[in-house]
Amino acid sequence: MSPTELIQTDRFVLSETERSAIEHEMHHYEDPRAASIEALKIVQKARGWVPDGAIPAIADILGIPGSDVEGVATFYSQIFRSPVGRHIIRVCDSMTCYIGGHETLLESVQNALGIGLGQTTADGRFTLLPVCCLGNCDKAPALMIDEDTFGNATPEGMAALLEQYP
Amino acid sequence: MTLASFGPINSSARQEQTHPLTWRLRADGEPVWLDEYRQKNGYAAARKALLEMAQADIVQQVKDSGLKGRGGAGFPTGVKWGLMPADDSITTRYLLCNADEMEPNTWKDRMLMEQLPHQLIEGMLISARALKTYRGYIFLRGEYVDAARNLNRAIDEAKAAGLLGKNILGTGFDFELFVHTGAGRYICGEETALINSLEGRRANPRAKPPFPAAAGVWGKPTCVNNVETLNNVPAIVLNGVDWYKSLARPGSEDMGTKLMGFSGKVKTPGIWEVPFGISARELFEDFAGGMRDGYTLKCWQPGGAGTGFLLPEHLEASMYAGGIGKVGTRMGTGLALAVDTSINMVSLLRNMEEFFARESCGWCTPCRDGLPWNVKILRALEKGQGEPGDIELLEHLVRSCGPGKTFCAHAPGAVEPLGSAIKYFRAEFEAGLA
Repeated sequence: MSPTELIQTDRFVLSETERSAIEHEMHHYEDPRAASIEALKIVQKARGWVPDGAIPAIADILGIPGSDVEGVATFYSQIFRSPVGRHIIRVCDSMTCYIGGHETLLESVQNALGIGLGQTTADGRFTLLPVCCLGNCDKAPALMIDEDTFGNATPEGMAALLEQYP
Repeated sequence: MTLASFGPINSSARQEQTHPLTWRLRADGEPVWLDEYRQKNGYAAARKALLEMAQADIVQQVKDSGLKGRGGAGFPTGVKWGLMPADDSITTRYLLCNADEMEPNTWKDRMLMEQLPHQLIEGMLISARALKTYRGYIFLRGEYVDAARNLNRAIDEAKAAGLLGKNILGTGFDFELFVHTGAGRYICGEETALINSLEGRRANPRAKPPFPAAAGVWGKPTCVNNVETLNNVPAIVLNGVDWYKSLARPGSEDMGTKLMGFSGKVKTPGIWEVPFGISARELFEDFAGGMRDGYTLKCWQPGGAGTGFLLPEHLEASMYAGGIGKVGTRMGTGLALAVDTSINMVSLLRNMEEFFARESCGWCTPCRDGLPWNVKILRALEKGQGEPGDIELLEHLVRSCGPGKTFCAHAPGAVEPLGSAIKYFRAEFEAGLA
């Protein structure tokens, strides 16, 4: 995504696909509000993040105040309210991974990409985030890139691994 | 570096009568789909529960079995079930499966959901029948993408086979099941925060009472059970209370088997289904193989970040709630962590308290303000810049964030390991004073 594409236009419109996916989700619950997190995830999946205009658009479909949707969007750590990279790297920071060498691993990723936790590389390729225990404790340290989880991660192996995510 | 599908869990022999949770696992670590699950006696318990048993008898059987919650708190499942209203005119009720496994050093539910999705569905189907719930949700953390895929495929299989949906097994009983995936935040695993999150709200805990059994999701009676807890239900129904009570070691007050584990710098980190009441030493030495060459055990935690540290001498303790309680902490999730002598306790606690502070939902003041204060002091101590009185201040925070000061157990869980670390390794904290 180029930086110009990230600039928000005045009018935000949900795509037909997004709208129908949100409406489909609503039917799984007694109350449309329950689909708010899923709605944010649907928009994020299509656009990489949740632009400002998506908040009132989702609120309209669900019939709840925009402030409630924003409250949810800013609470959950896997909903992004600002643009992120094409690939999300989540490094597990549980105490098990700490013992397994998490800090050395994290440092090697930070040095390789030139960014800290919560930041995105200048070319828009990677965003680096911490994450709660990934449930890979027998293979510590662990990390996740997009939807792929890796165990027994080593600083030496990171360069080759990152190459797989252009 | 390996792409981490869960893989085969271990090669120990597993029999139906002694390993009710894991005997159906495949040697190759692949999921057990419907045909194979049925060949392995799958849904026989559901058939028995729906066709031959009265609803109250299922509840009574689970009560009598002594099954306790496997999510970390260990509340008796039958008692929780018994809190659901007896009034049959209340027809809208919910069964929630807490699959928001995020407790550091806990990865048992992931294994069950990825490899035995039908066992959870069968457990939920029987429980739904017992509790008269017409709809269930599996609240699954968003990062467990393989578990989500496998559960959804298994639900489709079960629907097509008439094991979910309308008029199940011709009994007139209807039960719909959905997978609801989360969007991060450790606090969603707290029972009432989970309910708020499912409703599409911020995951703040709710005051109890009212308990979820009286007013849960959308104000309706709701029962929330952990993945492993629900996985216990089919075998209890099929094989009975006497069999279930014979599983644990003599002396254990907790019944049945438990997925326990050991990780850290041990020779063979992993998860095993073992009887309640085995000693921590057996788990550590016989199953995990003891420490790797060149590493020495310094201390250990019995079951997750929110449990206290114990010394090597405490490995004699029995792994059940009362056994671990006797040596001063809680059994938690039963997946233990070995800390070796190369680890500095101040640095380890700094790592843990950063996690707890970050994951506080901010609802209660002691938690929102107290946990970052712990982090600030620990960071200073780690750099050797602690001030006189800092350790006493940490001890004060341990007391002020303890049980009863906040809506939920997040803050008490955060300070339990800290209090025990100061108790056993005070010199390491003192070394951080400037």
